[in-house]
Amino acid sequence: MNWSLFWDLTVSGVTLGSVYALVALGYSMVYGILKLLNFAHGDVYMIGAFMGWFALHWLGGPVNPSAAAWLVVVLMFAFAMVACGGLGVVIERFAYRPLRNAPRIAPLISALGVSFFLQNSALLLFGASFRDYDTFHLIGGKTYSYKDIFLSVPQLLTIISAVALMIGLTLLVARTKIGKAMRATSFDREAASMMGIDVDRVIASTFFIGSALAGAAGVMFALVFGQIYHFMGFLAGLKGFTAAVIGGIGSIPGAMLGGLLVGLAESYATGYLPQGSTFQNLYVFALLIAIILVRPQGLLGKADVKKV
Amino acid sequence: MADELTPQVPPDQPRIGVDEWVASVEGRRERYRGPVGWARRAWDTAPPAVRLLAFLVPAAIFPLVTTEGNLFRYGLITLVYALLGLGLNVTVGFAGLLDLGYIAFFGFGAYTYGFVASTHTGRHWQAEFAILLAIAVAALVGLIVGFPSRRLVGDYLAIVTLFFGQAFVVFVNNANRIDFPFIGHTDLTGGANGLDNIDPLNVFGWVVNTTKEYYWFTLGAFTLVMILLYFVSESRTGRAWKALREDPLAAEVMSMPVNRLKLMAFVFGAAIAGFAGAIYGSVQTGAFPGDFDVGLLITIYAIVILGGAGSLAGVIVGALIVNGVPELLRDPNQAEWVFYTTLVLLVLVKVRPWQKLVAVVGGTLALGFALVAIANAWFPRWTAGQPGEGKLAHWVSHWMLLPSHPTQIANWAYALTIALILVLTLLRGWARTIVMIPTIYVAAFAWENLLLEQTAGATRFLLLGALLVVLMNARPQGLFGTARVEIV
Amino acid sequence: MAERHLLELSGVDKSFGGLAVLSDLDLHVDEGEIVSVIGPNGAGKTTLFNVITGVYGPDEGEILLDGESIVGLEPHQVTNRGVARTFQTLRLFLNMTVRENVMAVQYGETKATVFESMFRLPRARREEREIRRRAEEKLSFFGQRLVGYRWDQPAYSLSYANRRRLEIARAMATEPRILLLDEPAAGMNPSETHEIAELIGKLREEGKYTILVIEHDMHVVEGISDRVVALDHGVKIAEGSFDDVATDPRVVEAYLGLRRAETK
Repeated sequence: MNWSLFWDLTVSGVTLGSVYALVALGYSMVYGILKLLNFAHGDVYMIGAFMGWFALHWLGGPVNPSAAAWLVVVLMFAFAMVACGGLGVVIERFAYRPLRNAPRIAPLISALGVSFFLQNSALLLFGASFRDYDTFHLIGGKTYSYKDIFLSVPQLLTIISAVALMIGLTLLVARTKIGKAMRATSFDREAASMMGIDVDRVIASTFFIGSALAGAAGVMFALVFGQIYHFMGFLAGLKGFTAAVIGGIGSIPGAMLGGLLVGLAESYATGYLPQGSTFQNLYVFALLIAIILVRPQGLLGKADVKKV
Repeated sequence: MADELTPQVPPDQPRIGVDEWVASVEGRRERYRGPVGWARRAWDTAPPAVRLLAFLVPAAIFPLVTTEGNLFRYGLITLVYALLGLGLNVTVGFAGLLDLGYIAFFGFGAYTYGFVASTHTGRHWQAEFAILLAIAVAALVGLIVGFPSRRLVGDYLAIVTLFFGQAFVVFVNNANRIDFPFIGHTDLTGGANGLDNIDPLNVFGWVVNTTKEYYWFTLGAFTLVMILLYFVSESRTGRAWKALREDPLAAEVMSMPVNRLKLMAFVFGAAIAGFAGAIYGSVQTGAFPGDFDVGLLITIYAIVILGGAGSLAGVIVGALIVNGVPELLRDPNQAEWVFYTTLVLLVLVKVRPWQKLVAVVGGTLALGFALVAIANAWFPRWTAGQPGEGKLAHWVSHWMLLPSHPTQIANWAYALTIALILVLTLLRGWARTIVMIPTIYVAAFAWENLLLEQTAGATRFLLLGALLVVLMNARPQGLFGTARVEIV
Repeated sequence: MAERHLLELSGVDKSFGGLAVLSDLDLHVDEGEIVSVIGPNGAGKTTLFNVITGVYGPDEGEILLDGESIVGLEPHQVTNRGVARTFQTLRLFLNMTVRENVMAVQYGETKATVFESMFRLPRARREEREIRRRAEEKLSFFGQRLVGYRWDQPAYSLSYANRRRLEIARAMATEPRILLLDEPAAGMNPSETHEIAELIGKLREEGKYTILVIEHDMHVVEGISDRVVALDHGVKIAEGSFDDVATDPRVVEAYLGLRRAETK
C-alpha cells in the first residue's frame, strides 16, 4: 500500500472538496429558498476566479506585488467575494425575481440563458487563452509536512479558509436574525412574508452570500491549480451541484459533506481507477446516479413529504 | 323549495357574472386587431393540411432560388436543427421533462450511422438500415437513461441528463483509447478527431450527393416526422403527455401511468434526435465530439422555447430565427445591417408616443455626432480607428467613436451597456426615455468596437443566452405557444 | 354468509412521521350505496381517499375492491380496477379544453399504442371516436351547464361550480364502479349545493355508481346518504344512519368540544 500516494490523493481530494463544498453551498442555499437550480452559479465561480486575477494584477502582479503577499491574497479574496456577491444579486434581481410565480421551467431556462451569457461574455472580454495566477511567485512553493502527508501553502490556505467560511455560514444561519429569516423563507415563503419578513431582501442576501462563497471558491481553485479560463465554471458548477445533491440539497452540512465526497471521489478515481484521469468525471457521475437512485433526498437531506 | 333555488335555464342574452358571459368574454378578448390579428386568426382557423402547405411550398421552392452555400447554411442546417427541435418538443413541450442531455442522443445517432457507413470503419450499410439502426440505438440509450430517471422530479432529471450529456462527450472524445477486457484496444469513435469519412446517404440505391438532394431528403424526413407527431399529439398518448405536463399527480390518479409515459416521451424524443443525428453525420461526412456539446444544446432549447414549447409550427419559426440570424451575423457587413435594423425596429416598436420616439432618435444621433466632432477636434485617438467595410459602416463611422486601441475601453463599454440596460428596466416615464439615449449609444459603441469581431463565436452565443432570459421574462410561451395558466 | 362489499377497508393504519392519521380503520361500501364520511378538519378524510387510490400505501391493513386487494397498486392501476376520485382542491388540466380533460382520462380504457396512433391505424381511429363520444356523453350529464360551445374552451375559463362539475365528469369517464367524491360542494352557494346534492342522487340512479363522499355540509349529507361514517383524528367514532350519527355524543364532542366547555 503506497501511503505516500494515498495521502497525496487525499490532500488533493480534500482541497478540491473544499472548493466544491463552497460552490455546493451556494446551490443548496438557493435551492432551499427558491427551489431553483441556479445553473449560472458555476459561472459566478468563474467570474470570481477572474476577479481575483484582476485584483492581483491591479496590485502589481504575482512577481512584484505592491503589498505583502498575504495582504494581496486577502484583498483578492475580498474583491472576488464582493464582486461575485453583487453579481449574484443582480442576476437574481433581473433573471429570476420576475419569474417567481412562473411555471418551474421558466427560471430554469432563464438560468441556462444567464449561464451561457456569462460564459460567452467572459470569452468576449477576456479572450480564449488561459490565464495564470502564478501562485509560485506570489506565495512561494513551501510545503508543510507531517509524516507522509504533504500540504502546500495554497492547499492549506484553501482548506483552512473554506472551513472558516463554512463555520461562519453555519453560525450566520443558526444564530443571526437574517439566518432565521432565511430558514423561515425556505420553509414557507408566503407565510414568512406574512410574518413580516422582507422576502425579497432575504432572497437577495442568500444570493449574495452564496455567490460570494462561489467567488471565494474560484480564487481558491486558481491559487491551487493555477489556470483560469472562461469555461471553467461549467464543470465546477456541475460537480458543485452534484455535491449539493449527494449531500442533500437544501442542507448546509449536506453540501459540505457532499463537496468533500465528490472531491475525494475525483481524486481517488484519478489515482486508482483505470484510465481514471480521463474518465474522472464519468466516475463522479456514476457516484451521483448511484446515490440518487438509492437515496434520492441525498445523504443528509430530508425526504420531502407533500400534502396532497 | 327546490324550484325557487334552481336557477333558470340561461336566457339568450348572457348575464354578467354567469358562465356564458364569462365564456364569451374570453372569446371577445381573443379577437385580435389589425393585420397581425387577421393573420393570427387565419392561422388559427386554417385546417392543419393548409398550414402544412404554407410551410412546405416555400420550403420546396427555396433551393431553386438561392445559392448552394446559402441553401446549406440557411436551409439544410435549419432543417436539421428543426428536426432536433421536434424531438425536444416531445420531451420538453409535450411532457414537460427537462432533458439537458438531449444532444447526446443526436450524437449517438451520428456516431452509430458513421459506425456502419463510413470509410473510417470500413462498413458501408445502406441508409435505410443505417438510419433505422441509428434511431434504434438512440431510442435504446434513451430507454437506458430514462428508466432509472423516470422517478426523478424535474430538477433532478435536469442535472442527471446534463451530466449524461457531458459523459457522452467525454466518452466519444476518448473512445479510441479504451482497453476493453476481452476485445482489447478498440477505436469506437475516432477520439478527438472524430469519425470521419462517413458515407453519403444511400437510400434504396439513390446516393445523395449534392446539397440540393440532401435538402430534399431532409425536408421529406422533417415533414414526415412532423405529420406523425401531429397525429400523436391528437391521440390518447398525446393527451396523456399534456395531462402529465399539467399535473402529474392528477394524471396518475386519472388512469394514466405517469412513469411509463415519461419514459415514452423521453425515448420518443431520443429516437427523433437519433434520426437527425444520422442525417447530420452524413451531411457533415463526419461525427466530431465538439458538435455535440452544450452550445448546440442551448441552441436547440432556444429554438423550442422561442417557438413555443409544445407547438410544432413554432419549431420551424424558431429554427429559422435561431439558426438564420447568427448565420447572418457571420459576415460583418451583414451583421452591421442586422444590428442596426434590429435596433431601429426595437426603438420604433417600444417607444411611444411619437414625441418620445423623436426625442430618443434625435438625442442619440445628436449625441453621437457631437462626440465625434469633439473627438475629431481634441481627442483624435478616439476616432482614429478603422471603420468596417461597406456603406453602412462608413455612415456609422461619422456617428460613432472608433478609438485606435479599442479593446480596453470597449470591454468597459460592454459592461456599461449591460448595466444601463438593467437600470433601464427599472425606470419609468421620462427618466427612462432620457437614459435610453446613452444606452443606445454605448451599446452601439460596444457593438462596433468589440462584439463585431466575434460574431462567429462569442457574440452569437451570448445573444442566444440573453435571448433566453429576455424571452422568459417577456413571453414565456414563445411565439406560437398559448399563454398557460398554472397552479403554483 | 354476508355479501361481498364492493369496497372494504380493514384495520388500515397510516402515519406520517409519527403522526397517526388513520388508526385501525374499518370501512365498507356496498354496491349501489351512498356513504358519507364526515369529521372535523384533520380527521384524515382526504388521507383515506389517498390511501384507497394508492397515492400512498397503508402502513397496516387491507383494502379490498370487490374481494381483491388493491394495496400496493399504482394509482393508475387502482383507477383501472374501477375506483375514481375527485380532489378537494380541484386538479383539472387547466390548459386543456373541457372535452380534452374528459377524453384524456380514458387512457386506461383504451389500448391503441403510440405507433397505431402515429399511423392512424383502424384501432386508433375507432377508439378515438369512442373516446370522444363518451366524453360528450359524460359532459351532457350535467344538463345545460357543460354543453356544446363550452367543450372547446380551456378548462381555466370555467366558473368554479362548473369546474367542480367537470371534475366529476372526468371521474365518470374512467368508467368506475365506485366514485370517491372529496367535498364536492365545497365553496358553493346554497343553490349550487342543492344542485350537487341532486346530482349525486342522479349519479346513483342513472349512472348506477356506488358513491363514497367526504362532505362538510350536513344538509347535503342528510339528503343523500344511506349511511354515514364519522372520523376524528383518524379513528372511526360513529357509523350508521344520519340521525344516529348526528346525535352521537362522540360526534357532537368532536365537532363542538366537550359540553362543559359550552357553559361560559
